[in-house]
Amino acid sequence: MIEVEVLVVGAGPAGLAAAIAAREAGCSKVLILERDDAPGGILQQCIHPGFGLHRFKEELTGPEYAQRFIDRVNAENIPVQCRTMVLDISQDRKVTAVSPENGVQVFSAKAVVLAMGCRERPRGALMIPGTRPAGVYTAGTAQRLVNMEGLMPGKRVVVLGSGDIGLIMSRRMTFQGAKVLACVELMPYSSGLKRNIVQCLDDFGIPLLLSHTVTKIHGRERVEGVTVMRVDERRVPVPGSEQYFECDTLMLSVGLIPENELSLKAGVKLSPVTGGPEVDDSMQTGVPGVFACGNVLHVHDLVDYVSLESETAGRAAAAFALGGGAGDVKKIPVSDGFGVRGCVPQEISAAGSDDKVALSFRPAGVYRKAWWRVRSGDKVLHKQFAMILTPGESQRVELNRKLFEGLDGVVVEVVQSEEKQ
Amino acid sequence: MFDVLVVGAGVVGCAVARELSRYALKIGVVEAKDDVAMGATKANSAIVHAGFDAAPGSNKAKFNVLGNNLFEPLCRELGVPFIRNGSLVVAFAESEMAHLEELLERGTGNGVPELEILSQAELRKREPNISPEAVGALWAPTGGICCPYDLAFRLAENAAANGVQFRFNAPVEKVERCGDGWKLTLGGGVTLETKCVVNAAGVYSDILNNQVSAKHYNIRPRRGEYIMLDKSEAGCFSATMFQVPSAAGKGILISPTVDGTIIVGPTSDWIEDRSDTETSDFGLEQVKRVAARTWPGLPLRKAITTFSGIRAHETTGHDFVLGEPDDAPGFFNALGVESPGLTSSPAIGRYLAGHVAAKLGAAKKTEFSSDCGLWPKIREMTAAQIEECVARDPAYARVICRCETVSEAEIRAAIRCRVGARSLDGVKRRTRCGMGRCQGGFCTPRILDILSEELGIPQEEVTKSGGASKLLVGRLFGEDRQ
Repeated sequence: MIEVEVLVVGAGPAGLAAAIAAREAGCSKVLILERDDAPGGILQQCIHPGFGLHRFKEELTGPEYAQRFIDRVNAENIPVQCRTMVLDISQDRKVTAVSPENGVQVFSAKAVVLAMGCRERPRGALMIPGTRPAGVYTAGTAQRLVNMEGLMPGKRVVVLGSGDIGLIMSRRMTFQGAKVLACVELMPYSSGLKRNIVQCLDDFGIPLLLSHTVTKIHGRERVEGVTVMRVDERRVPVPGSEQYFECDTLMLSVGLIPENELSLKAGVKLSPVTGGPEVDDSMQTGVPGVFACGNVLHVHDLVDYVSLESETAGRAAAAFALGGGAGDVKKIPVSDGFGVRGCVPQEISAAGSDDKVALSFRPAGVYRKAWWRVRSGDKVLHKQFAMILTPGESQRVELNRKLFEGLDGVVVEVVQSEEKQ
Repeated sequence: MFDVLVVGAGVVGCAVARELSRYALKIGVVEAKDDVAMGATKANSAIVHAGFDAAPGSNKAKFNVLGNNLFEPLCRELGVPFIRNGSLVVAFAESEMAHLEELLERGTGNGVPELEILSQAELRKREPNISPEAVGALWAPTGGICCPYDLAFRLAENAAANGVQFRFNAPVEKVERCGDGWKLTLGGGVTLETKCVVNAAGVYSDILNNQVSAKHYNIRPRRGEYIMLDKSEAGCFSATMFQVPSAAGKGILISPTVDGTIIVGPTSDWIEDRSDTETSDFGLEQVKRVAARTWPGLPLRKAITTFSGIRAHETTGHDFVLGEPDDAPGFFNALGVESPGLTSSPAIGRYLAGHVAAKLGAAKKTEFSSDCGLWPKIREMTAAQIEECVARDPAYARVICRCETVSEAEIRAAIRCRVGARSLDGVKRRTRCGMGRCQGGFCTPRILDILSEELGIPQEEVTKSGGASKLLVGRLFGEDRQ
């Protein structure tokens, strides 16, 4: 049994930031376990720019953004044990892992930070009819092949889903000489960032077909084409709207799912809305001493906010490891109101120590010229206006902790127009 | 010159070949596709049927009950997962209860033990997730579940350990008389001569038979579509849940699998093309609709994949055709082997091997290897056992498939074994890599590298499933990563 103060599972952006924050909060024994050969997580393969605009006020590539944190981890002498797969986490924070170098190890951690990230929703989950040939890739898998392995997965591509990775990969495949025929989105709006639609599709003349979906995959051995149909408001394909695209690749960008198999083993309760653990504002899950941050908690649009959230988790994990639990403290529930999906955190702890409390959520639909607000009964804690709210762009605010004093609960909600308030 | 050539490396062909390998014979298996278990064996309900369904006196009835008895010891011998979870046939109306009585009577006549009619209360107690519409069920405790392709792989490995030669990508285009024996012409013009032929060519078995015998048969392909649900739904039902066949549904079942996932299906649709394993919106909708009768809460958002398989239905007698036609001595049919073909396969293997051996006057070998090419699987191990494996081979500590916990060592073993994987799907079916909830999103690039290394081919040449199913179209930089 190896004793550690804060054990971080995953050396992606979330794990790196959490570990640094835990060290800065005074923990000497911080350890990161990483299954890949090197730290950095998904950022290793995100070689496009656009990272760090909020955090560093400059535009970095994924590997550059990650390197800033890796450098700090190294400067702080925080050990990152790579090629290590965590097999189990118990409720009392015994972590079992296996690696070629160290065989099976069992760690006893005073606090655990879950930072395992997320995975992509595969074709099977969509139940697209047709054949099952080679050439159907999730965008992230294609990204790994192209950017890290130098291997080209296809030449004529249809992209299903307009998630950010799909948009980024539409451009990337185009750069590498592939023809991207269309990006097909089931919903009447894109689930990706506006800037990515402009820079990755519009700039390259790739059509974005909203309210369309792939209804059939053709080709026995390799993809030979896909049938695309328009869908009605109930998302049902409209007969007669079939279009056939001849292609050798179908790339999927149809959603990310927080990867919480280990969290479940640790007894952590998951939110059916976010797919991640339910946490308080210190990112502590329902299991004392177990914290979660980054895409394992909820899927983020921007890594900058992953870093911020993870620093909160790291600091709180350090406090827990050094001082033990806070015992039973009052928790103020945060609930999703109209137009709001998956607000994180789900609770605010009256014992929290950070001055600020961050709230973030995804709009449940598209709302134009709308307000959203944080409210407790008649008391509005915060409100802000947006020209447009869409599910593709999550919203975030940091509020003074004092605002929550004495409240029994808050609701986060969208208000369609000023007049209705 | 072979003594026996088995055509088809499905579970039936492999079972026959393995039983034949007990005899002092030169045996070959020729398979059209690139791997074992590429037809119905890789896409079926994975049910070991109790045997109450088939018409009394039929080969289906006889071999089902015999096969069911043989299944458990065979799976133990070969290290193949098998669970006798029992089967339930659920009635959704009082009028259907009479049908259950018929099935009970028929089953008892077929020699199925311990059949019992359960009341609604007894059914609900056994299966709390059953629809409130269910009024009763037939309980068949000898029903079971297994992994059909794993069974075929172990049979093939064991056959190969006992001297059987396998030849893949070798479609048989022609069978003809050649002296007292047979000449097989394979794709590409290669010919093989043999004293006996075993026709286990699945949906193509009528074509071979009709080339050598005046007694013609006709296989009409019938497709079944399935939806697979994630392991998170394990425990929803403990038995295999059939429905009384009715106008609303033609035998769509819900069953746990030995891997912990849930299988839902199949449909039953006549198709023209024997190789058309597409899924259809119509078929998948039918699976959803009919299965929801058994399980109103059917959690479709937990679907991890869909697939279809093709049954080799023989239309002249609706039964298995087993043995030598009168006018083609030395040509042995395993024709029209559809459900309950998997269940029957151990019994068909014994039966046909016995007849072929008798025909050839072959004696049993004094030595028979029990080696079926098994390798340790870390997902089945305790921490101490993993430690032991890793000490021997650090590649056991490199987890390649996260969803199913499969190590690099297991993938290499699956490629290096006697009848080893040559494609991504070959690795997948031998190890479960890529069969979990992420469906290969994470592990595909890694397996691509391992296959490239083990097979000594560039990554661009690696296929999903043989033939032209290449996973990549080119290389952007570097000569070869290795």
